[in-house]
Amino acid sequence: MIDLAEFAAAVGDADAGPVTITGLGTRGGPVPGVRCVGAPAGIAWLQPDEMTVCCGAGTPVDELVAALAEHRQTVALPAGGTVGGALSVGRADVRQLGWGPVRDTLLQARYVSAAGEVVKAGGPTVKNVSGFDVCRLLVGSRGTLGFLGEVILRTRPLARASQWYRTSAEPAVVQRGLYRPVSLLWDGTMVWALLEGHPEDLAAQAASLGMEPCDGPPTLPTGSRRVLPPAEAMASTGTFVVELGVGVVHHADQWTSPTRDAREAALAEAVRREMDPTGRLNPVLPVHG
Amino acid sequence: MNDTLLAALREALSPARVHTDGSELGLYRRDASNIEGRTEVVCFPLTTAEVQACVRACVRHEVPFVARGSGTGLAGGATPLDGEVVIALTKMDAVVSVDPVNRHAWVEPGVLNLDLSRQVAHLGLHFAPDPSSQQSCSIGGNVANNSGGPHCLADGVTTSHILAAEVVLSDGEVVVLGSEAWEPAGAGGLDLRGGFVGSEGMFGIATKLCVRLTQNPPGVVTMLFDYESVEAGAETVSAIIADGMVPAALEMMDKLCIEAVEAYIHAGLPTDAAAVLLVEVTGLPAGLAADRDRIVEIALAHGARTVRIAKDEAERALLWKGRKTAFGAIARIKPNYYLHDTVVPRRMLPTVLGKVYEIAARHDLLVLNVFHAGDGNLHPLLVFDKREPGVMERVHAAGEEIVRASVEAGGVLSGEHGIGLEKRDFMPLMFAPADLAAQAAVRRAFDPTGLANPGKVLPSPAGCGDLQHVPEGAWV
Repeated sequence: MIDLAEFAAAVGDADAGPVTITGLGTRGGPVPGVRCVGAPAGIAWLQPDEMTVCCGAGTPVDELVAALAEHRQTVALPAGGTVGGALSVGRADVRQLGWGPVRDTLLQARYVSAAGEVVKAGGPTVKNVSGFDVCRLLVGSRGTLGFLGEVILRTRPLARASQWYRTSAEPAVVQRGLYRPVSLLWDGTMVWALLEGHPEDLAAQAASLGMEPCDGPPTLPTGSRRVLPPAEAMASTGTFVVELGVGVVHHADQWTSPTRDAREAALAEAVRREMDPTGRLNPVLPVHG
Repeated sequence: MNDTLLAALREALSPARVHTDGSELGLYRRDASNIEGRTEVVCFPLTTAEVQACVRACVRHEVPFVARGSGTGLAGGATPLDGEVVIALTKMDAVVSVDPVNRHAWVEPGVLNLDLSRQVAHLGLHFAPDPSSQQSCSIGGNVANNSGGPHCLADGVTTSHILAAEVVLSDGEVVVLGSEAWEPAGAGGLDLRGGFVGSEGMFGIATKLCVRLTQNPPGVVTMLFDYESVEAGAETVSAIIADGMVPAALEMMDKLCIEAVEAYIHAGLPTDAAAVLLVEVTGLPAGLAADRDRIVEIALAHGARTVRIAKDEAERALLWKGRKTAFGAIARIKPNYYLHDTVVPRRMLPTVLGKVYEIAARHDLLVLNVFHAGDGNLHPLLVFDKREPGVMERVHAAGEEIVRASVEAGGVLSGEHGIGLEKRDFMPLMFAPADLAAQAAVRRAFDPTGLANPGKVLPSPAGCGDLQHVPEGAWV
């Protein structure tokens, strides 16, 4: 267990005023003009036969991935930045279709609350339904419900083989034809597929759809990352790459996400208000937007 | 019973779907646990609007309500404690739409788990969570309890298979949490869907769900190994995982359970073994063959006496029948059983099982173990005859010790049954007051009235740090 006393003291109690947090600053960095803290870093333990790892939220994702690779395992977090940043932003990379969303990775969190207390959510085992699922609320909350200090994550085994392929076949044909692809990307013309598993199975799957091996995914446009129902994502126009089946669109153009349903937005605000009554954790960041 | 509330409910639905008959109500006083409460009215809405009307009527009269699916829960989560209005969702059982390309479906909460899989089987799809009660449990109940099942080892429990939930909140308003998109829409969106799943009916009532559908595997290999010790079986499990494989299922039974099942279904199980391990791997042909060979090698290296590989679907079904009928088989030993559900780290399985045997022996009880070894999810079954004087006290005392032993070993209170009433007062074993306060805060945000299934999951604040007893009126 990582000692979070110093981190909690830095965050301070309910009277300590606004406070923000940063890791490596790769996902937007801290709120400007607000007192800033950082979470502890380092791997506390790694248990390959449990498929779990415990680390400080300030641990770089790449460092964690490298440590897990020594045991032929990895973690379903997007590369770069810190573990805490990846969890707090909650956006998966293009392997989400096969590896699952970021929210399914966090098993237990010890975070510092708005009151400055160290609070535990979830549990250390791969399966757990003890109490309400505060962990899933923390993922994607951008620090507004609490600052992650120490996390226990589910790991996953590295596949025997992994290969990107490309084809001009129709997206739906590829979606129906492949068994559990890890990623399917479509730019309006071509489909890219990432397959994992036994090399012979990969080759047979690719051959059945006439897919050619390629070096990697296409370059993703960076104007906006849109989250849409998968069927709506298919109606994208302009310069884009759609993550098929998931509903994430990487688009060259800027975009403002549509306003949420008012009742859902009010509920999100109510959760935030209950967890941080004065709104001092990462202030001005919207809970939704 | 409050007459004006009853009139309001009858007007909101129709008198025919508001039941107050004493003998029928008996069915709704409890779920599949041993905990019995009290209700005077059960409503059967057909639409979201009718659920809203029921909730609004309850809130207006300040009467708490309990949502109920098939009533197969094992923790008392759907038990009305003291006169709650029961809102039964069983008549809302339509599969509304299916998207076979993006692999999701919108369903009403009363759809039965196995019925959903059957209805999408022609598309080569299924709903992954498969609790033992899957023939009778509802999707709404699965969402309330964040249910698991043998095949959740590889595919994840219910929350990983729910994309969105249409929910009636306690203010009577309808909100859709999540969407067909996998991530909450918009930057920094809170995963309210994730908060709702597993909330045991205390955050609101789900009236429609968007579920993920999973591709049926192109190939399956089912293997059975038997061992002279439980330890050897458990070590095989850890070794398979450490080797980089996540089988679709990794199930274990101990000696007494093997004997009971074999006498019941005659599957050819080795009744002289201390433990059997059922391993299932799924996938494409080359990967499947490689996994099978490697798993057999690991099992033999850890002392497996025999290797049985199902040669066809009929044999596979027979092996699974052995696993899934274990609870029925137990009736041959004693008329009653109490099923526990805790999780421990895999490597602690042998230690904790040893303690389970010791605890049962000390309380003069028989214990059978049939469990999801792959994720460390123990299911000790204490078998007894409740006509025997004083036996229930021993069953409860042993159960409490098993829960304590699991948590002390670095485990958790429940893997898939939920907390409900059964384990509410054990929550302080796992959570400090500040941890419980955070959970209570989330509950307040979703249900400020506190009328949605009150008295479950969270112990009352006065009792934090100390074990309390289930409230008066509830018979455990």
